[in-house]
Amino acid sequence: MSISSSTAVVGRPTATPRRKIKVLSRRRRKIQNALVAYSFIAPNFIGFAVFTLGPILFAFALAFMHWDGSNAITFAGLDNFWRLFEDKAFIAAFWNTIIYTVVSVPATLVCALGLAILLNQKIFGRDFFRTAMFFPYVASLVAVAVVWNMIFNPEMGPVNMILYTLGLDPKDMPGWAADRHWAMVTVILFGIWKSMGYYMVIYLAGLQGINSELYEAANLDGANSWQKFIYVTVPQLAPTTFFVTVMLTIQSFKVFDQIYMITQGGPGTSTLVLVYHIYNEAFISWDLGYSSMVALVLFFLVLAVTIVQFRRQRED
Amino acid sequence: MRIAGRRVTTKTVAIYALAIVITAVMLMPFAWMLSASLKLSRDVFVFPIEWIPSEPQWQNYVDIWTKIPLGLFIYNTSKLTIIVTLLQLLTSSFAAYAFAKLDFPYKNTLFLGYIATIAMPWQVYMVPQFLLMREFGLNNTHLALICLQAFTAFGVFLMRQFYMSIPTELCEAARIDGMNEYQIWAKIMLPLSKPALSTLTIFTFVTTWNDFLGPMIYLTKTELKTIQIGLRMFISQYSAEYGLIMAASVVALIPVLVVFLSLQRFFVEGVASSGLKG
Repeated sequence: MSISSSTAVVGRPTATPRRKIKVLSRRRRKIQNALVAYSFIAPNFIGFAVFTLGPILFAFALAFMHWDGSNAITFAGLDNFWRLFEDKAFIAAFWNTIIYTVVSVPATLVCALGLAILLNQKIFGRDFFRTAMFFPYVASLVAVAVVWNMIFNPEMGPVNMILYTLGLDPKDMPGWAADRHWAMVTVILFGIWKSMGYYMVIYLAGLQGINSELYEAANLDGANSWQKFIYVTVPQLAPTTFFVTVMLTIQSFKVFDQIYMITQGGPGTSTLVLVYHIYNEAFISWDLGYSSMVALVLFFLVLAVTIVQFRRQRED
Repeated sequence: MRIAGRRVTTKTVAIYALAIVITAVMLMPFAWMLSASLKLSRDVFVFPIEWIPSEPQWQNYVDIWTKIPLGLFIYNTSKLTIIVTLLQLLTSSFAAYAFAKLDFPYKNTLFLGYIATIAMPWQVYMVPQFLLMREFGLNNTHLALICLQAFTAFGVFLMRQFYMSIPTELCEAARIDGMNEYQIWAKIMLPLSKPALSTLTIFTFVTTWNDFLGPMIYLTKTELKTIQIGLRMFISQYSAEYGLIMAASVVALIPVLVVFLSLQRFFVEGVASSGLKG
């Protein structure tokens, strides 16, 4: 301030070039700062743009093409889209994905909340219990899926053996992964077992965020445990529940690995899901355009859920 | 009732009983795996279950190394996991520093590019990504898997959220002291961001180590396979060798168990904080 006012007093002729230099150097400085910033971003962004952004744009274009990966690409217009409605496997995969989601999301959510409330109590060995619940989530899927298949083996597995000793007739025994009525149940049970520990941790964080004064006030009003749960815990956890629901829904739409490992989408098409169909169309049939169209359906399902989440966050 | 001078209520007993039963059910598959890994294949399904085998078959743990190149699979997976995790930590925290603490043109646009893809399932673009890698001649190389896993929007987002919580005054003070931006990142931001770095380490380690679909699409040569698809190959080749399959599964689980147990404190905090902010 004082410098600029003194130059103004000294006279104009000297002031103009100085100001020019100042403006120039400020601009140079700005460019320099931007270059430094870009140098921070570049290593990640270049990789991200080439291997993620590019393929995403390509995926959208490919959905309207015919391509087998080696011959020339031809424009398909809406052919792939109309094909969806005639493709029985796609229709089965779509509904199976919806069924998987509709059953496993609320089931996992309730289990996770129950576990979180149980392990939020001050009990001895609490950390051990929490770690044990969480471990299936990080355990390698191939390893645990093969155990799952053995445990649920219809002829020799311990689960059916236990059912047998409990007096269940061998004729009524569930065939689990080998039975078209039970295959989806087997896969869903596996999903719940594997992921509920993760959502339990998110719920634990939510529970710890509840103001304890609310419980004290409820105590003063003479509320019992159930009333406290319904009138304090559940409403206070609403944001967490919403977040968990969104995460679980997106995860369920994307389910693949466990199905590949446990049922291979079968028997028949009883556990065929969208990602499995994308995989089959692309890497088994090499129908890349159609596979991308199925992927687009998956994208719009996830997008719908994300938009709901975004709206909700804005309201909060 | 009183135990060790404490009053024990029915409620406490019920809570412990419930916690123990649920934990037992959750861990049962692991116990079964461990037990079966020490049995002869024909004894695996004997009922009632013999949890501690009377004649433990330690030979299973010797045989698996010669039946399949398990050592090579573990080496491949470790190599991939370590490189991906290091690259992820380095490039994410580097980019996140600029997004959190520096000002530059198109900052919001670029960041939006990251945010928009966070919810995008990888399965939507895995096919074009595969075609691109094939075009680059990266099919059947580990480099392909490194490229596709090392630069994630999630990493940048997680680190940026954490850096936002570090006061900007710290950076300004350092600038006045004559540090340049790279020094501020290395000497101030990195040491302060240990919790976020640990969270990202575990997430990246676990996803890369356990990744199945990626290696299955890209790696068809046996000598390149990772432990997950190697194990899968083993299972389909020796489908009746239950004891051996279980032994190999136990071996595949151990590294994750070690990393998880040593970093689990950070993990639980990390899941809780990053999860809720997302």
